[in-house]
Amino acid sequence: MMRLRSKMGIGAVLAAACNLILCTDALAATSTPQPWQLNMPQGVTQSSHDAYFLHMLALWICVAIGIVVFGAMFYAMFKFRKSKGAVAATFTHNTTAEIIWTVVPILILVAMAAPATTVLINEAYTDQSQMTIKVTGYQWKWGYDYVNWGDKAYHVHFISKLDGDSDRTRQLKSGLDPFAVKTDGEQTYLLNVNHPLVLPTNTKVRFVVTGDDVIHAWWVPALGWKVDAIPGIINDTWTNISEPGIYRGQCAELCGQDHGFMPIVVKAVPPEEFKQWLDQQEAALAAPATPAATPAPAPATPAPTSAAASSNG
Amino acid sequence: MANHAATHDDHYAHDDHDHKPTGFLNRWLFTTNHKDIGTLYLVFAFIMVCIGASFSVVIRAELMRPGLQFVQPYFFNQMTTLHALVMIFGAIMPAFVGLANWMIPMQVGAPDMALPRMNNWSFWILPFAFTLLLSTLFMPGGAPAGGWTMYPPLALQGGASVACLVFSVHMMGISSIMGAINIIATILNMRAPGVDLLKMPLFVWSWLITAFLLIAVMPVLAGAVTMLLTDKYFGTSFFNAAGGGDPVMFQHIFWFFGHPEVYIMILPAFGIVSEIIPTFSRKPLFGYQAMVYAIASIAFLSFIVWAHHMFTVGLPLGGELFFMYSTMLIAIPTGVKVFNWVSTMWKGSLTFETPMLWAIGFVILFSIGGFSGIMLALVPADFQYQDTYFVVAHFHYVLVTGAIFSIIGAIYYWWPKWTGKMYNESWGKFHFWWTMVFVNLTFFPQHFLGLAGMPRRIPDYNVAFADWNFISSIGAFGMFLTPLMMFLILYSSKKSGAPAAARAWEGAHGLEWEVPSPAPYHTFSEPPVIGPGMLAHGDVSH
Amino acid sequence: MSDATTPTPGAYYVPHGTKWPIVGSFGLILTLGGAALWLNEVQVGKFSMFLGIATIVFMMFGWFRTVIGESIGGMYNKQVDTSFRMGMMWFIFSEVMFFAAFFGALFYARTMSVPWIGGEGDGALTNFFLWKGYAPAWPTNGPEHVGGIFETIPAWGVPLLNTLLLLSSGVTVTIAHHALRAGNRKQLLIWLAATVLLGAAFLWYQAHEYMEAYEHLNLTLGSGVYGSTFFMLTGFHGLHVTLGAIMLTVIWLRCAKGHFSKDHHFGFEAVAWYWHFVDVVWLGLFLFVYVL
Ligand code: HEA
Ligand code: HEA
Ligand code: CUA
Ligand SMILES: [Cu+2]
Repeated sequence: MMRLRSKMGIGAVLAAACNLILCTDALAATSTPQPWQLNMPQGVTQSSHDAYFLHMLALWICVAIGIVVFGAMFYAMFKFRKSKGAVAATFTHNTTAEIIWTVVPILILVAMAAPATTVLINEAYTDQSQMTIKVTGYQWKWGYDYVNWGDKAYHVHFISKLDGDSDRTRQLKSGLDPFAVKTDGEQTYLLNVNHPLVLPTNTKVRFVVTGDDVIHAWWVPALGWKVDAIPGIINDTWTNISEPGIYRGQCAELCGQDHGFMPIVVKAVPPEEFKQWLDQQEAALAAPATPAATPAPAPATPAPTSAAASSNG
Repeated sequence: MANHAATHDDHYAHDDHDHKPTGFLNRWLFTTNHKDIGTLYLVFAFIMVCIGASFSVVIRAELMRPGLQFVQPYFFNQMTTLHALVMIFGAIMPAFVGLANWMIPMQVGAPDMALPRMNNWSFWILPFAFTLLLSTLFMPGGAPAGGWTMYPPLALQGGASVACLVFSVHMMGISSIMGAINIIATILNMRAPGVDLLKMPLFVWSWLITAFLLIAVMPVLAGAVTMLLTDKYFGTSFFNAAGGGDPVMFQHIFWFFGHPEVYIMILPAFGIVSEIIPTFSRKPLFGYQAMVYAIASIAFLSFIVWAHHMFTVGLPLGGELFFMYSTMLIAIPTGVKVFNWVSTMWKGSLTFETPMLWAIGFVILFSIGGFSGIMLALVPADFQYQDTYFVVAHFHYVLVTGAIFSIIGAIYYWWPKWTGKMYNESWGKFHFWWTMVFVNLTFFPQHFLGLAGMPRRIPDYNVAFADWNFISSIGAFGMFLTPLMMFLILYSSKKSGAPAAARAWEGAHGLEWEVPSPAPYHTFSEPPVIGPGMLAHGDVSH
Repeated sequence: MSDATTPTPGAYYVPHGTKWPIVGSFGLILTLGGAALWLNEVQVGKFSMFLGIATIVFMMFGWFRTVIGESIGGMYNKQVDTSFRMGMMWFIFSEVMFFAAFFGALFYARTMSVPWIGGEGDGALTNFFLWKGYAPAWPTNGPEHVGGIFETIPAWGVPLLNTLLLLSSGVTVTIAHHALRAGNRKQLLIWLAATVLLGAAFLWYQAHEYMEAYEHLNLTLGSGVYGSTFFMLTGFHGLHVTLGAIMLTVIWLRCAKGHFSKDHHFGFEAVAWYWHFVDVVWLGLFLFVYVL
């Protein structure tokens, strides 16, 4: 992407200009949405940077086209008014102009499609991931299975659902104040869960995502993508988080009455800390005599990683 | 007439005078007159707009502040679903068909639609279809709540409403298909001698192609919902992976319908704008043939872009790339149209009567909707945008400030022809500017909400989204007044408007402006003889 | 058919007023609203549905009687005739697209969803995590064997026979058309009757085959995606054959009554087109549902 960005010099300039205007850099520091926020967060993964870059590129291209087209239109509206004595010309075509405004947009489209293609191909391959998480959407909560880390299979499994504070507040006419729901000073109404998904930073994590009942979609904006959780089907995708932190997201596919109330929280920690945490969980799981508590078909062997080019980012 | 007298028979005699059938039922229930049926369609669409807008007010009221104040989440989902179905199938499509009924026969010099009885049925199915659909609101289990896209398995979780939804969609499909067949037959078969295909007004062209799209995709929707029905009630496994099917299969079939459907809602708008802009620019349309070919290529492309609604379902890489490229291509013919409209205004002699304001508003705001469309087409960016308010903003820009603006513009434009009365220009302009302010208040902030991370189809949200949502709701309440405003303007025109000339607008060209205002109940009982200058594009040779 | 051959007169033809459409709308809502109720176990629904169907039949009778009367009265000129032709052609096109949806489902299941669930191509993980042990196959009722083990109907038995029946019915209806054009009423009636009989025979075997499937092969609508696509495709096709056969019967009666002239018989042609369309759909079915 760095290579890409330097190649797309104009895009970079435009993106920088936008940062100035929309103060997006300030927003990128946190992953919880901010009041009056205008723009997409830049996030903490390559995918999210790329999505942001493409978004800004397309945005500024559209703004530029808009200025030209609407500018011409407004010019015409002021210059060629009947009330100012304008007399209508009679021309009905102009081949040169028509060729130009067919060819130039094609070039512009190529300028957007080319980087989008590169990014998409980069995001497509989930092989060489260092760990696998299985995500299952339920009405209306998320199930997480830690399938493996490195060569080691794990059986850690838990359900993650809306935190109690938000849940009480969100009842119809609860009389409770959504602004009062806070976690560590951040306003996390409807964006907090009882068990966050803990992930290591600087690790290529593969997600295999499915739904249990209806279609859901797993989306954490700071990671840069969403993917549908479809019953009976596995979608795979990956991420590699660069900074430790708490990243919040929501279910992004209508899944019934509580679709708005099944948030996602990712807690990214350094790999060593993660390893400790994971082993602890695994141990806690082994201690009670019922290892069969894991409902999901956690495979004994690591899942095939060569599953190649399937599915999206 | 003379010839016809041979087969004379009182009942079927062709009256060339302005004989309207007497009696309310005779006139409206049994009518075969294209103008009456056009009026029925428009009145129906207007009622549906009011219903759909009330649902949107429920949505926006609940979304005005964080926390649930008014409705349960499940009811909210019913509102979202019905809002979309009512607006799309009840308001926009019937309004366009109504305009087609009124204008196409007049614009091509035909006495009526080609199949007038079927025309009556096309319309009279609709009130029944929507009664069936809206009656679900009062059923145990409530109305459909799975979104207008009806994705299984969620849509199958609905109660009794599923069957009603499916059957009402079938009825809308039958209505649309018959309406479309009628329009095609009228355009291909009923043109007066001299109205060659490449001399037809663009509104007619746009409808010819739209009608083709309708016939091609409405049956596919019917098939898709039929499979939903059998999956729910008859144990089939089309959308069930355990039985070898796939929930995603529904999405493919639905969007194979759904994407052409969105162009069904915009191509007639292109036609309308291409009528209005030359009139008030007093200058022939720029690049007539290019406009026709652009519509045709948009229609063609619309069949091969459907999966851009499905970028996050896990398509194979090749599929994502293909659908990204094909989607982006649509900007080219659409751009041609936008540039041609601007060039039509260029060096014209412009005035800004109400219809022109709506047309200009259309060009600008529709383009903004198109721009966000292009952004959505970039797959990696769509991974972020998909199913957020950014998408909601996109499609309301193309639908409300696109399709709806064009419909309102068309009504103001042809109103004098229909009624023989002018409306009040100042109030017309007021209507426009009011709408302009509130529509942007409603939908522009939704871009920000989507980018900041607010998913669509949720009744409640994090407090960070509160401010823009509040503004959006204020806008929506302002919008809600516009149907009433328009009704009053038109009603007072009908009561006491100044009489309109046959050529109500100085720069208007085309057959419809050659007949008196109001147009006689039967416009042409014999093919009109086309004189020089009577057709808007009669002597355009390129 | 008096002025069928007179050159298009100057005047347009516009019928005035009709009450049939609104009758049809009531029929539709009674039928579909009734069906919806019935599906949700409200028993009056059944009654309403049959009443609705009866209303629609009544509407068709009335509507067509008016049109036939006008046609025989010579009120239709060339232009009206062309409108009818276009109407029928585009209606058939819409039917083609309706079947396309179900063929699309069949192709999708066979080339995408079943192989994916079975672990081919992009489906490796789907198979590994969710459907381990399921190998892609066709016919299939999916990894959970929805509907239980079933057998399929071999292509080269009854389906082949049915193919021959329908194909020859396409030939007989063409012969009948030639007879009509030659003004040979007797030949016309014989060959048209043969067409109806062939259609009826097709339906007979089809019904037989369905009974066989349900009673002995355990192949039902619920037999996973194979059963779903099989019965929806052949079922909708069978429904169309039934409608076509009914329409042919009506046309036979009209021929017998002498409604058609040598060069003015659009009613006949419309039904013949429809019959050919049904024929072509069957060829697609035979190939993709039975043979392949
Ligand atoms: C009238 C209806 C209408 C129209 C005309 C369009 C037009 C377009 N739409 Fe839109 N769309 C919808 C209605 C419409 N859409 C609806 C209802 C949905 C949501 C459905 C749902 O999920 O409920 C949707 C969703 C939707 C998505 C899926 C988003 C998601 O869910 O993730 C995408 C993605 O590609 C998309 C793209 C486009 C594009 C590229 C166009 C293009 O046709 C736009 C082309 C126009 C322009 C580009 C502007 C003018 C051109 C120029 C000035 C030339 C120069 C420009 C460039 C070179 C860029 N649309
Ligand atoms: C044609 C389509 C159309 C129209 C007109 C509108 C109009 C409006 N829509 Fe809607 N909307 C959709 C199509 C449309 N919408 C669709 C497809 C969805 C997606 C549903 C889903 O997720 O499943 C949606 C969803 C949707 C949402 C998201 C809901 C959610 O995700 O939960 C919201 C929220 O604000 C909203 C708001 C509004 C508002 C405030 C208006 C207001 O603009 C309404 C105000 C009134 C008018 C614009 C009418 C003006 C007309 C006249 C004055 C006269 C016309 C005359 C004749 C027709 C004769 N709409
Ligand atoms: Cu789960 Cu939406
Ligand atoms: Cu689309």
